[in-house]
Parts: sequence; structure tokens; C-alpha cells
Amino acid sequence: MNIISIIAQLAQGMKISILIFAATLLFSLPLGLVVAFGRMSKIKIIQWIAKVYISIMRGTPLMLQLMFVYFGPYYIFGLRIAPGYQMAAVLIGFAINYAAYFAEIYRGGIESMPVGQYEAARLLGYNKFQTFFHIIFPQVLKRILPSVTNEVITLVKDTSLAFVLAVAEMFTIAKQIASAQTSMVPFIAAAAFYYLFNLIVAVVMERIEEKLNYYK
Amino acid sequence: MSLLEMKHIKKSFDGLEVLKDISLTVEEGEVLAIIGPSGSGKSTLLRCATNLEKEDAGEIRYEGQFGLVFQNFNLFPHYSVLKNITDAPIRVQKRKKDEVYAEARELLKKMGLQDKEEAYPCQLSGGQQQRVSIARALAMNPKILFFDEPTSALDPELTGEILKVIKDLAAEHMTMVIVTHEMNFAKNVADHIIFMDKGVIAEQGTPEEVFGSDNARMQEFLGKLNND
Repeated sequence: MNIISIIAQLAQGMKISILIFAATLLFSLPLGLVVAFGRMSKIKIIQWIAKVYISIMRGTPLMLQLMFVYFGPYYIFGLRIAPGYQMAAVLIGFAINYAAYFAEIYRGGIESMPVGQYEAARLLGYNKFQTFFHIIFPQVLKRILPSVTNEVITLVKDTSLAFVLAVAEMFTIAKQIASAQTSMVPFIAAAAFYYLFNLIVAVVMERIEEKLNYYK
Repeated sequence: MSLLEMKHIKKSFDGLEVLKDISLTVEEGEVLAIIGPSGSGKSTLLRCATNLEKEDAGEIRYEGQFGLVFQNFNLFPHYSVLKNITDAPIRVQKRKKDEVYAEARELLKKMGLQDKEEAYPCQLSGGQQQRVSIARALAMNPKILFFDEPTSALDPELTGEILKVIKDLAAEHMTMVIVTHEMNFAKNVADHIIFMDKGVIAEQGTPEEVFGSDNARMQEFLGKLNND
């Protein structure tokens, strides 16, 4: 098997990796904000639920969480696992895991906002919704961007964990080819792929940071 | 007609009584200056008057909308000068855009900032930022404008430009309540002065009455200032 055909096979996996990456961000970024609100809620029970959720998501391996999401419905509820549920389980597992990390990043950003911004908004008659989405959140985004970049870069590499549910993302395929061919080449190609992917992520995030640099 | 009436206001923080039964009224067109040493309760009084703090007891009655100019401006850093001034009238008061923009530009001109509408707060001096924040408050067409030590965060040389703006507003009969450390300014611009000490109004009246008072605390306070 030559390099071209290895790369052609890996390319199929890349599509899945990119899908996991994009879908995770799409779901976990808004979900994280909801969890952050829960964590900052004045209602003790909601605050506590969010705390426990974040603690479990951050305190246990993502690989194990993926297995729980996949096998849990069968072992806990006796539900038959539908064929093709692997991919859904991966997306659910990633989304709820990353939401916990993003929640803490959002919370840090929101709590770092000076109280004067809220007071000025209140005196000008903005309601709570307007205050948050027009005054507070845009400034929070700028503050948390470096931490978000970190998570996004980790996510690129974490997509390889989907192999535990035999989802045919790139790392899963690289492993299969490598063991069939007893060759290092697929691994090297995989490494190059992750590195390149993250290089793009870093450049894009830097662009966004620069764009938000119009104010201090 | 009185635009603000505060009756028997009391406020404590963790058992410490900061305001002990304060009553005052502000008439339309009047400029009220509140002076006094740090910790006398003057800022808390202003925060109660502007609803940023809820009084423990007492009654507050307003006539119409009010605005507040903060000590450290609290402009929205991600908005341009123009947007800082126009966003609330458009978004909150739902007024027509053209009308709001025209009015905002008029206000900027009055503040001597007509060439700064595209600038962001971080590109302005403290004095310019404070003038923008005054324009932002005025754009809401308030009946009363409150000032919380509007020059305390500024260099002495920038203080003058803010005081001049406030003086001009007084000349236009804007109703204002100003917490300030600038004694000469209070003397010159205020119709009525309240001297606060330890949570009570220790002395009040016209500038002549208050500065000429033989109240011991007042004399001590003025003496300290003069020795600075």
C-alpha cells in the first residue's frame, strides 16, 4: 500500500474527525453557557446540580464517559442499542464533557466583569437580557478567548478518543492500517493531520483575537 | 415642583448604620451639592437615590427619569463614543434612530467632542471619557442628573473641564444632585448644600449659610481641607 492510498483512506476518517470537532463546538458552546448560568444561579439546588455535573465531567476520563453514554442505556435501562448509535454517543459524550469546561471558562469571564458595567446598564434602563447579551457577554468573549482557544486545541486531539466506540474517525483508521501493514507511516500521517488542523485553529483564533482588539 | 423626595431613609451594612434617617427634597432646576468626609454616607445616599442600593426604611418619590454619572465613568468599552450615547435611547427608549443620532451629535458638540464620535473609550483621556458619560446620561433626557464624585478619578488639570460642563448645565437649569469633594465648586455652582457626617445631615442650606456655619464638625472638615 502506498502513501497515496493510505492518505486517501485517512481522508475518509478526517471527515469524521472534523464532524466530531464541529458538532462538539456547536453543541457545547451554548450548553456551556446554560451550565454556567446554573453554576451561578442564586437557587442553591440548581447551583449544586451544576457543580456536581462539572465535577464529574472534569473528574473522570472522557474515554470512560463515551463508554457510559454508549453502553449506559443498555446496562442501566435495558434498552437495545440501535445500530449506528456509536456516532450519536460520541457526539453526546463530547458535547456534555466540553460544556462543563466551557461553563467554567464562561463563569470566570462573567465574574471578572466589573460591577460598574451592570450598574451603568441598569441606570440606562437595559433589562437583564439586554444587559447580558449586549453589554456583558461581548466583553466576556474577548476576555475568555485565550482559554477557549486552549480548549478548542485540546478538542482537536481529543476527537481521536472516538476510537473506543469504533467510530471510523481518522485515528481509528490509522490504527487499523498501521496494524494491517505493520507500518509507522499511518501514524506519522495522523500526527501531521492533527498538527495541521491545530495550526489552522490557532491561526483562526488569533485572527478573532486581533479583530476584538479594537478596544481594551 | 419637587422632582425628588427622600423621606426618613435608613440604610445599614452588616449592622453598621450608614444612613440614619435622612430626608431631603430636590426642586426642579435646583443644584444640590452633597459634601462631607469619607465614610459620612454621601455615596450611599446617592446610591439609594438612584436605586442601586435598596434603603432599609423610608420612602423615595421621583418625578420622571433620572441619570447617573459615575466616578469612574463606566462607559461600555466595546462601543464607540456614538454608540455609547445612542444605544440606550434606541434600544431601551425605542426612539427613532435619526432623531437620536442628531441629538447625540448635538450633545457631543456641546461637550467639545464632535470629532470623537468614532473613537472608543480606551482612546480617550479621563476627562473626555467623563464628558462622554455625561452625554450618555443626558441622551436619555433625564429630569434629574446625579453625579457621584465626577472628578475624583481625574487629574487636577482634567477636573476643570468636567466642572465647567456641570456649570454650563446648571446655567441651563438642569436639575442636578452632585456628591463632590470640590468645595469651591460646590460653593459656586450649588443652590443648596448638604453637609453629611456620620450618616446624618449635619448642616444644610445655601452655600453662604453652610460655609459660614459655626457647626463644629463643619469647621473641622473645612479646616482639614484648607490645611491640605
